[in-house]
Amino acid sequence: MTEEGSSHQIDRTVVIPESLDAGAPLTLKQSTLWGDVIRRFVRNRAGMAGLIVIVIFIIYSTIGPLIRPYGFSEQDFSVAYQLPNAQHWFGTDMFGRDLFVRVAMGGRVSLLVAFAATGVVLVVGILYGSISGFAGGITDNVMMRFVDVLYGLPYLPFAIIMIVLLGSGVVPMLLALAIVSWLTPARLVRGQILTLKQNEYVEAGRAMGASRGRLIFRHLLPNTLGIIVVAMFLEVPAMILGEATLSFLGLGISAPNASWGTLAEEGWKALRSHPWLIILPGLFIAITVLAFNFVGDGFRDAIDPRTKETK
Amino acid sequence: MFKFIIRRVLWAIPVILLVILFTFLLMKAIPGGPFTQEKRLPAEILANLNAKYGLDSPWYVQYVRYVWHTFQGDLGVSMTQKGRTVVEIIGNAFPVSMQLGGMAFLLAMLIGVPAGVIAALRHNSWIDYTAMFYSTVGWAIPVFIIGPILILIFSLQLGWFPTSRWEGPKYWVLPVVALGTGLSAYFARLTRGSMLETLQQDYVRTAQAKGLAYRTVVFKHVLRNSLIPVVTQAGPLLGFVITGSFLTEYIFAIPGLGKFYVTSVSNRDYSVVMGLAVLLSGVIVVANLIVDIIYGFLDPRIRYE
Repeated sequence: MTEEGSSHQIDRTVVIPESLDAGAPLTLKQSTLWGDVIRRFVRNRAGMAGLIVIVIFIIYSTIGPLIRPYGFSEQDFSVAYQLPNAQHWFGTDMFGRDLFVRVAMGGRVSLLVAFAATGVVLVVGILYGSISGFAGGITDNVMMRFVDVLYGLPYLPFAIIMIVLLGSGVVPMLLALAIVSWLTPARLVRGQILTLKQNEYVEAGRAMGASRGRLIFRHLLPNTLGIIVVAMFLEVPAMILGEATLSFLGLGISAPNASWGTLAEEGWKALRSHPWLIILPGLFIAITVLAFNFVGDGFRDAIDPRTKETK
Repeated sequence: MFKFIIRRVLWAIPVILLVILFTFLLMKAIPGGPFTQEKRLPAEILANLNAKYGLDSPWYVQYVRYVWHTFQGDLGVSMTQKGRTVVEIIGNAFPVSMQLGGMAFLLAMLIGVPAGVIAALRHNSWIDYTAMFYSTVGWAIPVFIIGPILILIFSLQLGWFPTSRWEGPKYWVLPVVALGTGLSAYFARLTRGSMLETLQQDYVRTAQAKGLAYRTVVFKHVLRNSLIPVVTQAGPLLGFVITGSFLTEYIFAIPGLGKFYVTSVSNRDYSVVMGLAVLLSGVIVVANLIVDIIYGFLDPRIRYE
């Protein structure tokens, strides 16, 4: 552990390039915060493995359906319930539909919904949290009490009501997920802003007549970027699970569309006779969630090396 | 301390009132009503039904009336299951959900906390790596994947436990394990992180330096302080148990509250939906309250904020 600690300190030092030829101008290369973060992240094996898996899954769901000669809902009962083989790399389902194509298409929906919902959640959470934290006083109090109340709402029944209200499909799903999950990022950002706004540079900015928007967006938010990136990587898997849960219950993405949750639900019906049908999408969900968690943890360690020893 | 508790209890009231209001307005916003059927009812009958269930008054009158009845312990009658009161429906199903959730929570504590403690004490050993692997994987696999896999192995292949229903200890094992696994993984992770942080504190070094026995240091100084964050997470985790128990109930065909979540909303059974919202938010609010109070005891600084 001591070795690791000292290596982090070395990261911060000024690097002198080796090209110290006579006559060449002496240049000093200062390492930047994000340069350090990326360098430390690359050294984190679990984090990098997670990142690689995510990239592979994204590539697979993008081009997977294009490289196989089967349609997404093309039925062929003569080849129903096949295990993975040369023709059908991931096997086939009860209608003889190719699972390599279906899982790829499911991945498109699952990942897209998760990314979009995370985006919405972060934008709303950041705006709400930074306004609340920056305003302080009564505004802050009222805004945070409102968040407290929403925390009292039970997540799943609330999401179910939202889905029924908005209708089934990709957009209602991501809205329902976003509406029930923006609270934590909002609290997180508010906490950060509260601490950051005590800094002298904020006071200096104010003294020089900077507008509130400029103070928030130019001076405060960039400093919270670290925790926001970590929050993003930890929010995505939560969204994937949320979407899969609702779809598994038959509430979310429904035919002809499919997400990994929908595929798991189809597999659940055939559990007794053909367990492969639920194991396959289950693996994809679990591995994706794991990968995002690894990347999130890796980024947290990279941004703040001190947490490495404790978390 | 007393003042602190009173303040927290009083705060719970507006929370529940607002939760009722949100649920109420959301349900009203969904098109259709409890008496919308494929064959349209004659207007007079519909009017009579609406009058009977008090749906003909303006929404704010309905809301105030509902709150008034709720605080008297009357949650109304179901609008789609004839003659059953909401209190009756919840009274039948909630104990089952509580039992499932409670046992899973207990299992998770009994596995997760010791695993986290041992992993932290043997930091960077194979025990630590095993525990970390378990906690990472256990948390990533959703209940609706663990459940079917457990059924597949332990009831369909080995025949040790029944696949579904809730009729005795033999029936409890698989659902409790399915629900408890993810939770125990979370506890393990949380406990380990908190332990490692506490182990680095100066007072732990002092305790060691003054020659206290290892056991005393671990139990009196480290463990007590590192369980504080674990306790504070219990509130949010309860949400997880409730959500997870719904899926577990669905997978193992357990007659708990879960099945009403979806059916009551899709049938627009307003009174059952409202009853569920009141119950669940009540549970969450009370759990958070208990956590706050325990926290206040564990960490005296909190009381004086």
